[in-house]
Amino acid sequence: MTAKTLPLTSVIPGMTARIVDIRGGYGFQKKLHMMGLVNGKKLRVVSVQPLRGPVTVEVNGRQVTLGRGMAGKVLVEVIR
Amino acid sequence: MGNPNVGKSVVFSRLTGANVIASNYPGTTVDFSKGKMRLDGEKVEIIDAPGTYSLEPTNKAEEVALKMFEEADVVINVVDATNLERNLYLTLQLLERDKPVIIALNLWDETKHLGIYIDEKKLEELLDVPAVPTVAITGEGIKKLVSRIKEAKSPEHIKPTSDEARWIEIGSIIKKVERIEHRHHTLVDRIADATIKPLTGIPFAIVIIFASFWIVRLIGESLINFIFDPFFNLWYKPVMVELSNLLGSGFLHDIIIGQLINGDIDFMQSMGLLTTGLYVPIGMVLPYIIAFYFTLSILEDSGYLPRLATVVDNVFHKLGMHGHGIVPVFLGLGCNVPGALATRTLETRKQRFISATLLAIAVPCMAQTAMIFGALGTYGMQYIVMVFLTLGVLYVVMGLILNKTVKGESPEIFLEIPPYHRPSLRAVTKKTWMRVRWFLSDAIPFLFFGVFIVNVLYVAGVLQWLGRVLSPVTQALFGLPGSASVALIMGFLRKDLAVGVLLPLDLTPLQMVIAVTMLTVYFPCVATFAVLIKELGIKDMLKATVIMIATAVVVGAVLKVILLGV
Repeated sequence: MTAKTLPLTSVIPGMTARIVDIRGGYGFQKKLHMMGLVNGKKLRVVSVQPLRGPVTVEVNGRQVTLGRGMAGKVLVEVIR
Repeated sequence: MGNPNVGKSVVFSRLTGANVIASNYPGTTVDFSKGKMRLDGEKVEIIDAPGTYSLEPTNKAEEVALKMFEEADVVINVVDATNLERNLYLTLQLLERDKPVIIALNLWDETKHLGIYIDEKKLEELLDVPAVPTVAITGEGIKKLVSRIKEAKSPEHIKPTSDEARWIEIGSIIKKVERIEHRHHTLVDRIADATIKPLTGIPFAIVIIFASFWIVRLIGESLINFIFDPFFNLWYKPVMVELSNLLGSGFLHDIIIGQLINGDIDFMQSMGLLTTGLYVPIGMVLPYIIAFYFTLSILEDSGYLPRLATVVDNVFHKLGMHGHGIVPVFLGLGCNVPGALATRTLETRKQRFISATLLAIAVPCMAQTAMIFGALGTYGMQYIVMVFLTLGVLYVVMGLILNKTVKGESPEIFLEIPPYHRPSLRAVTKKTWMRVRWFLSDAIPFLFFGVFIVNVLYVAGVLQWLGRVLSPVTQALFGLPGSASVALIMGFLRKDLAVGVLLPLDLTPLQMVIAVTMLTVYFPCVATFAVLIKELGIKDMLKATVIMIATAVVVGAVLKVILLGV
């Protein structure tokens, strides 16, 4: 369990990671919770669009697209 | 009530048999629907609340949902069974309040394909409210849902609590009622992923867009060749010829039938209220509108649009919007009226302003496209490409400028990517019809009114006078003959008809490119204008109009230098 913590934006597509922390205000956290992005959840990064485009992740078998800025506030540790 | 995209509207239409479509566009669930259903021999009112993720509203639609919840006697909570964990959040919030609730576990059939097993009895026991599996699309389980509505209740043991505690509660419920069979990534999953990964997704998007337009053309042309043209030529024209003879010559004839071209009615150039005025919107534009919205509805129901929004988000974000900004563009390519309505789906005033202004400037609707093809088709494809290329460049350049100059925020994209679905023909046909109806009821009356005014002004000589006054400007600035200014003025009311004025002027192809591009840019049709006033408010719309006209003048002048070299 010495995996490094890094922002979601740095995870290579195809990898699986676990959410460690979501940085941001109450409203922001809540918004992400609603889409299943909760601390401790496992997610798979499906794609990262070029030119600072959004990140798409799969969580609970569902895919969600979130902007680059938002993804930068989600800290994860890579599982594999 | 329920989250967005769980099939609320389908459940609703199953319960009422009402004519509702299932999608989260404006004009559908955001403007909620009301209906009546029979319950134990009694007629009760039932409301389709806007989709919401929680009872703490974050936008207008969710505020409406909360209000409806507070006024309701019984709540039917529609839940996406394939995504139980997330949906339960709203369910718990609903159960915390003092309102009887019954749960519909919708999309039940799909859980099995996905390897999800839910013990609905156990869920019922844990939550202490009825939970009925349903497949709204086929109607399965709806009868049972209705028969159990009277069992709806508000459980004693679920009390208001914190956000955190709710998620913990959900976690423990899920553990007890749901079993997910581990599933390897299938070929379908891999293809689905390929459509969102940049390397494969961008080429895929291009292919899809081109294929869609090819299909639109195919359907549209078939409708014209086999239905609309035969109708107008074989049936409608003889009636008009009779009427023309009956009216003789004079003011009334000029308004209703227009000018005879070589002693005959010409649907393109006669300009009468019942000839060109009717033929262009119905005979030329309507078939393509039908074809367009049919194709778009298929794309939409298949679940592709959110993926497209993801792929194009980086571009749209730089234009001050986000990936969802492509939706008004797509809708606007059919008719700008629904396009203008779709700008509502963007969150902030800045995003809506940019989206609406760009829509009016650079997104040609089917009528404008018909005009572009009608005016330039005989000269050759390259000139049509020039016009569309100019419009594309304009969209991007104006977007970049507006993003820098318009005050306000432009939040990032955040949206769910639904799994791919096979679109149902019924839903697609319904949706197409709803959108075609927008065009018929909102745009056509304005089109009619437009041609009427144009004819009155023409017969009274006002247009010709304005044309003479403005002709030095058109000549000097845009390199067009003075008489072309009549067409430009007419374009305020009816762009599609303005072509009829341009055609006899014997313009060079490049002059025609300039005229047509300017016509497309400087003002949307009157119908769109009216809708945009409602959507943006008068002040913002005035600003947008100034931007449009200024853009058109600049574009005309720049094109003159580039194309005509003077």
